[in-house]
Amino acid sequence: MSEQSHRLDAAAAPGRIDRGHPLRFVFNGRGYEGFAGDTLASALIANGVHLVGRSFKYHRPRGIVGSGSEEPNALVQLRTGERTEPNVRATQAELFDGLIASSQNCWPSVGFDLGAINDMASRILPAGFYYKTFMWPPSAWMFYEGLIRRAAGLGRAPDDPDPDRYEKRFAHCDVLVVGAGPAGLAAALAAARAGARVVLCDEQAEMGGQLLAHPRGVGAVIDGRPALDWASAALGELASNKDVTLLPRTTCFGYYDHNALALAERVADHVAKPRQFQPRQRLWKLRARRVVLATGAIERPLVFRDNDRPGIMLAGSAAAYGMRYGAAVGRRVLVFTNNDSAYRAALALFDAGVGIAGIVDLRPAASGKPVEDARARGIEVLAGWALTATDGPSKVRAALAMQLDEAGAGVQGPIRRIECDAIAMSGGWNPAVHLYSQARGKLRYDGAQGIFLPGRTEQALAVAGSCNGAWSLGACLAEGAAAGAAAAEAAGFTAASAPAPAAAEENDSPARLLWVVPSDRPLGEGGKHFVDFQNDVTAADIGLAVREGYKSVEHLKRYTTSGMGTDQGKLGNVHALGILAEVTAAEPGAVGTTTFRPPYTPVGFGTLAGRDVGALADPVRTTAMHGWHVAAGAVFEDVGQWKRPHYYPRPGESLHDAVNREVKAARTGVGILDASTLGKIDIQGPDAAEFLNRIYTNAWTKLEIGRARYGFMCREDGMVFDDGVTTRLAAGHFHMTTTTGGAARVLSWLEEWAQTEWPELRVYMTSVTEQWAVAAIAGPHARALLAKVGTGIDLDAKAFPFMAMREGNVAGIPARVFRISFTGELSYEINVPARYGMALWQALMAAGAEFGITPYGTEAMHVLRAEKGFVIVGQDTDGTVTPIDLGMDWIVSKAKDFIGKRSLSRADTARGDRKQLVGLLTDDPRVVLPEGGQIVAELKPEPPMAMLGHVTSSYFSANLDRSIALALVRNGRQRIGAALHVPLADRNIRVKVVEPKFIDPEGRRQDG
Amino acid sequence: MADPSALSPLAGRSPSSRADGAAGALPPGVGQGGVVMAERALVGKLVLRGDADDAGFRDAVRGALGFDLPLAANTASGAESTTALWLGPNEWLVATAPGAETAAAVSLKVALSGRHASVTDVSDSRTVIRLSGANARDVLAKGCPIDLHPRVFGPGRVAQSLVARAGVILHQVDESPTFDLYVVASFAGYLWDWLVDAAAEFGVAAGR
Repeated sequence: MSEQSHRLDAAAAPGRIDRGHPLRFVFNGRGYEGFAGDTLASALIANGVHLVGRSFKYHRPRGIVGSGSEEPNALVQLRTGERTEPNVRATQAELFDGLIASSQNCWPSVGFDLGAINDMASRILPAGFYYKTFMWPPSAWMFYEGLIRRAAGLGRAPDDPDPDRYEKRFAHCDVLVVGAGPAGLAAALAAARAGARVVLCDEQAEMGGQLLAHPRGVGAVIDGRPALDWASAALGELASNKDVTLLPRTTCFGYYDHNALALAERVADHVAKPRQFQPRQRLWKLRARRVVLATGAIERPLVFRDNDRPGIMLAGSAAAYGMRYGAAVGRRVLVFTNNDSAYRAALALFDAGVGIAGIVDLRPAASGKPVEDARARGIEVLAGWALTATDGPSKVRAALAMQLDEAGAGVQGPIRRIECDAIAMSGGWNPAVHLYSQARGKLRYDGAQGIFLPGRTEQALAVAGSCNGAWSLGACLAEGAAAGAAAAEAAGFTAASAPAPAAAEENDSPARLLWVVPSDRPLGEGGKHFVDFQNDVTAADIGLAVREGYKSVEHLKRYTTSGMGTDQGKLGNVHALGILAEVTAAEPGAVGTTTFRPPYTPVGFGTLAGRDVGALADPVRTTAMHGWHVAAGAVFEDVGQWKRPHYYPRPGESLHDAVNREVKAARTGVGILDASTLGKIDIQGPDAAEFLNRIYTNAWTKLEIGRARYGFMCREDGMVFDDGVTTRLAAGHFHMTTTTGGAARVLSWLEEWAQTEWPELRVYMTSVTEQWAVAAIAGPHARALLAKVGTGIDLDAKAFPFMAMREGNVAGIPARVFRISFTGELSYEINVPARYGMALWQALMAAGAEFGITPYGTEAMHVLRAEKGFVIVGQDTDGTVTPIDLGMDWIVSKAKDFIGKRSLSRADTARGDRKQLVGLLTDDPRVVLPEGGQIVAELKPEPPMAMLGHVTSSYFSANLDRSIALALVRNGRQRIGAALHVPLADRNIRVKVVEPKFIDPEGRRQDG
Repeated sequence: MADPSALSPLAGRSPSSRADGAAGALPPGVGQGGVVMAERALVGKLVLRGDADDAGFRDAVRGALGFDLPLAANTASGAESTTALWLGPNEWLVATAPGAETAAAVSLKVALSGRHASVTDVSDSRTVIRLSGANARDVLAKGCPIDLHPRVFGPGRVAQSLVARAGVILHQVDESPTFDLYVVASFAGYLWDWLVDAAAEFGVAAGR
């Protein structure tokens, strides 16, 4: 192929490309050349390439239809390797040197595609084909699905990790203007001049919209100078305003409540590789006080027979390729239209040196200036004619035309064959109301124009330009300027009353609405009238769907798949509605539309994830001693966002080896646990004791200063909510501890009760969870270890009894030492300011060497507490368990009120046969029950069996040399001594019900 | 604070280091400094709670601190090296020079004795990351949903918000702009790494 065979002469069609800057690229394995400023689509067209893909269902050859984000067909696999990306619209992919792209959905090649057999078999692939065929037998769906996916895939996701960075950011502005065409530019100028903070975004690389590419814009005059000069001056003024942010290559894809909008900026998609640290794309989460939507309009095709051959495209896009990119879509272009705009496209192409094969106009009385201008150039106009068929295997080479009858329902007379190598079609223009509709704006149907226009909205937004049905350049500029000024005023600024930029008004003759262009054969015979190119939905499919009862627009969409896919029906939706209305003899406005949802165009996962990947995917919370744990080779467990040592394996040790060693050390020597993550709340005030009295189920007013008490908190329903030990530091000063996971929740709970229910109580809470680092030492040698590091505290058991707190200097560090125990052993929890956590830990480890001090992790902690029958809220409870269910009646005060008290006397809460905490011992001491295992009294060969409860905690206890378990069992207290069963998939385990205390039930060990 | 056994949550970090050593750590040589980052280690912090409507409380605090507590929501006040940040209608964070928190707590408690008020030392609960430089706002905008534009936020303003997934108390210190981010100690490493990564495209230098 000769170099850029379809590039137009620079003098006649200079375009916005840089002919001095050639770029090489590869498409489907073949090398081509384009210019800087090209898209992949324009460069392909400049090289005479139209066949770019195969259709989704019938695998028909397809070409480029549009020139922007509306493109349904030209989806390519862009780049290779780790940067490969499927479903990229060639019309939006900017050319860069070395670009590699290939067609999708074809095998072995786009020119010879085996899947095209689907087209010949299309009589058995009607609308709803998948629903009708793959429904039976139900078990076969998984098999069918695999086949369908392989047959229908639209490209391949990359296999390798994405090497590029993606960013997210928040932004705020007074006025967001979406779309930088003439209306958007005028709006941004007016708002910025009023002093507002303005963001102007546009999905294209260059701002200017239709001024760059539309026959109405290119060559127009604004305020007495060429339109592009005006645009360039406007952009210069905006760029120099520090309160204006210009975002080209940025798609506003989502419009949410209260003017929250999401924008995807393609920062470096137009280069081979981003610079170091430069993101490839950036997600903007923007909050705007006012929004001006100037999103323009999207041309719609005409639904005629075989309207999908490569070379058949939108007239405005054909003109855009000529005027913006200097590329000829053909050498002999046939124009087919129902309105005036395609005449301007034809004239622009003609003037750029493109041959025009003629203009076929559905309107019998086509007249007016564009028509006269065309005839003056010697272009033949066939008024009242229609194209009834097209010809050409892989690109259009001719069309057949016939005269329409008066009603437009049929054709008549002789058939004319018109040779051509491209067809530029126009069925009119749809306002791009997608974002307006996403913002819950109501649409109204304009029957004369056959379009949906913005109606009423509750959001702080305005619509301007052709998105609002303004078609002339002058009207777009005037609407934009007015909307921008009004938006600034609404945001609190004063806009100067300056005249809007002025351009000539031109009024078009009305279009002729024909949802389906008839041919000489009945619909669906001898060819296809495509409505939705991407999903291969035809006008006949819509008729069939209606005959089968799918008359609602929502049903129609799902049954036929019209309007689905990556383009979301940007071209065909209104036609589908029009045809549905016609078939059901309704008004299109009454048929309604399907819902427009975000995103406007597809957004990559990388863009949504941003930098929340890898090590930054989620916060990792660490304690002051974390570095020591890492150095000691700890295996970590995620507890919420905390990293806690799970166990500390020695070389060659398994989890169980390590845990067995750790739990033995804590009962025979001394173990040390990093307990810093426990929630801690400082509570102060004259009414603090009364406050705790109401929060906890037990009594607090008589607790002595320096003494600690264990407590349960219940919700209003009487169910256990959190637990912990709270210590009285002074008459009106307490130190509360909570579960690790409950720390934030409990503080909010306390604040809620203090602020909303008991404002009369004088009490203040402050979180001190992270103020204190905590080392818990447990075991017979714990007291000796403390004595060795030095504390300045009398450690004698009488002077410093169980459930007491003393202040001192542990290893020279100011500390609060709590004699409390979660293991049942002699135990101290040493709290020091977090800055000294590491120093404390190191001092204890050094001094503990002679006692064989053993660091233990959360797994050993769980085993140790289970040996004692201490519950963990959230593991042994699940929000349906009362303190009494846990066998802890002693902790529930009968004398005073507390949150949840009344609920405990409800009939269901008070009954004696609720699920209750018990211990379980397996007959075989080696067998460890699975946590979650269901418990039954009566074994049956297979479920269902009456379930009595489940195993909540289960471990191998090295200290007992056997397995132990805790369980919630219906009427469990009455079953102590009985045998029950835990049926599993492959075996049944017999267990004995016992008291949930396996070691030292009298509690003698805690005194050492 | 010359005590070598006292370690701040970010001890040993620099803008060119990430604890996890993950990709995104800055190569040597990057650091022209569109953003300047530093930990203000071991700054004293007290949570003060009391009745802002009680003139006696306000006077007592003024006597102890030497300046009026900020009463307008989300503002700060201060004198010399002590700053008070409004956190709620009856809650303030008083930040002092490192080591000065104990004396400040004592003088507050003495001044407030006999009143219902609380003073709690939380110096180790949070650390402070100071972020400044021409691109400081750009870095914060990547993770903080609050509008920090000079028209709506400025020196002396405070916000309790998120930066990335870490809760922070954000205080704008000066117009340059300089921001202090008070972050809970266990989140400090994550937030530091996130900020270094976010600042990479602007260049980041070590501050003090």
